[in-house]
Amino acid sequence: MDAFVPFAAIAASALFILSLMWMSHPSTARRGVRAGEIGMVIAIIGALVQHEVVDYNLIIIAMIAGAAAGIPMALLMPMTAIPQRTAISHAFGALAVGLIGAAEYYKHAHAEYAGGFIMWALMFEILLGFLTCTASIIAFAKLQELMGSRPVSFPGQRIVNGAVALAAVVIGVTLALDPTQTWLFPVFAALALLFGILLVIPIGGADMPTVIALLNSYAGLAASAMGFALGNKLLIVAGALDGASGFILAVIMCKAMNRSFANVMFGGFGNVVAGAAGGKDDRVVRSASAEEAAMQLENAGTVVIVPGYGMAVAQAQHKVSELYQALTKKGVDVKFAIHPVAGRMPGHMNVLLAEANVPYEQLVDLDDINPELPQADVAVIIGANDTVNPSARDDPQSAIAGMPIIEADRAKSVFVIKRSMNAGFAGIDNPIYYNSNTQMLFGDAKDMVGSIAKELAGGGSGLH
Amino acid sequence: MNALNADYLFVFILAAFLGFQLIKKVSPLLHSPLMSLTNAIAAVVIVGAITITGEEGATPLAKTLGFIAVFCATVNLVSGFMITDRMLKMFKPRGK
Repeated sequence: MDAFVPFAAIAASALFILSLMWMSHPSTARRGVRAGEIGMVIAIIGALVQHEVVDYNLIIIAMIAGAAAGIPMALLMPMTAIPQRTAISHAFGALAVGLIGAAEYYKHAHAEYAGGFIMWALMFEILLGFLTCTASIIAFAKLQELMGSRPVSFPGQRIVNGAVALAAVVIGVTLALDPTQTWLFPVFAALALLFGILLVIPIGGADMPTVIALLNSYAGLAASAMGFALGNKLLIVAGALDGASGFILAVIMCKAMNRSFANVMFGGFGNVVAGAAGGKDDRVVRSASAEEAAMQLENAGTVVIVPGYGMAVAQAQHKVSELYQALTKKGVDVKFAIHPVAGRMPGHMNVLLAEANVPYEQLVDLDDINPELPQADVAVIIGANDTVNPSARDDPQSAIAGMPIIEADRAKSVFVIKRSMNAGFAGIDNPIYYNSNTQMLFGDAKDMVGSIAKELAGGGSGLH
Repeated sequence: MNALNADYLFVFILAAFLGFQLIKKVSPLLHSPLMSLTNAIAAVVIVGAITITGEEGATPLAKTLGFIAVFCATVNLVSGFMITDRMLKMFKPRGK
């Protein structure tokens, strides 16, 4: 049976690669999932038939328990909870990696491995695995609102973080050079876990897309490191694919905010500039009613809807879809402008709108929608703020200067659905609210969009 | 076994470059499902966990750690693939 094992690894690697290839487009993506599933089954069979494996009881129990937990989670998880689910799954994956690393360490805690490659790979794997685990748990807690999404900072934070990181690395190196010092191992694991917590508490909610992508990358790299330590090429390949994916997504997120990794990870954004806004509120804000908005939308040729995290918070995606349907029925061309960092994870808005039955052709990326906006009759901003802030483009002094924005202000007229005049996550004043072509629709996103859709459907009579 | 096997590095570099090329082509529409798919694929660490839990002469500590690792990886791969598919099912073209 052992002859099968290397071929299982090759087949599984090939299927994982095909899986990612087919993810390029919605029309082939589900085939990609099938390929991934088959690859996984082959990989697991390959692991089970190795001659080293003699005791199956615990493995079977753990797999049944895992499936029993995983299946209901997959079936019942609401789409609005996808960012949290992603964060907690990174924690699970990274914990598995860390624990396997720990078991391997104890197996190899003999003098003959001192300074050997296996030890270095294991220490790297364990450090990355454990820190990704706690970092993902904190990200989960912030997304699930178990803790505040504002950055947590304390005096001397960078010094403390640096000291913890340094201590973890020093102990890791010590253990790699002398694996027999087993008493140091729990200290090493604890420092890695602590560092993960410290790494994410100073990061605010709106930076979560980058953080989640980066943690995705770390989890992949940790799996790859495990492949190096165990001499398993399948793990190296799968980990490298996962690591590359997370890394690219993180780069896309950073570019979409015109910020560097270092700035996201250590910037404490949101806290720094929160006090800067406000104080000058003699500008005029025009507000409108749902009826007025409905009338203008009905007479428009093209409408661009710009959703943001506020739409997800208000769970307004189904009402937004109703608005889309009603306008489309009246012959209005409706598109959605999706900013890469809108929401709490990469692609968040797309999933919510797809769930609400908006066809994916209507979901347009930042770069493709901006040239169309000057021709758009109406832009409707729903729960987005910083991603449409013109000062990012116009004001070099702005805290978000240079961040690519959706140029909703260039549309002929703009409606902004917003609860109140409070500043967004970045705490930065948004001049779009005071533009002469902007009208504010004050209220809850779900209720407001719902009443506009009702007006449109009922032709103003209020009947549905 | 005690030195870096250059083959591994070779495999890693090729896989990483391939990964970059493949992921760059993924439509931004699908970035959320992509993330849960890669997460499910990374749960292939289960093969390491299986070996640790079931191999001859595994210590009780190794069995315990391995057991938890098999559990965590199974949760991830089962829920990861299923949720990815659930998300992708919702992406419909116009007129459907």
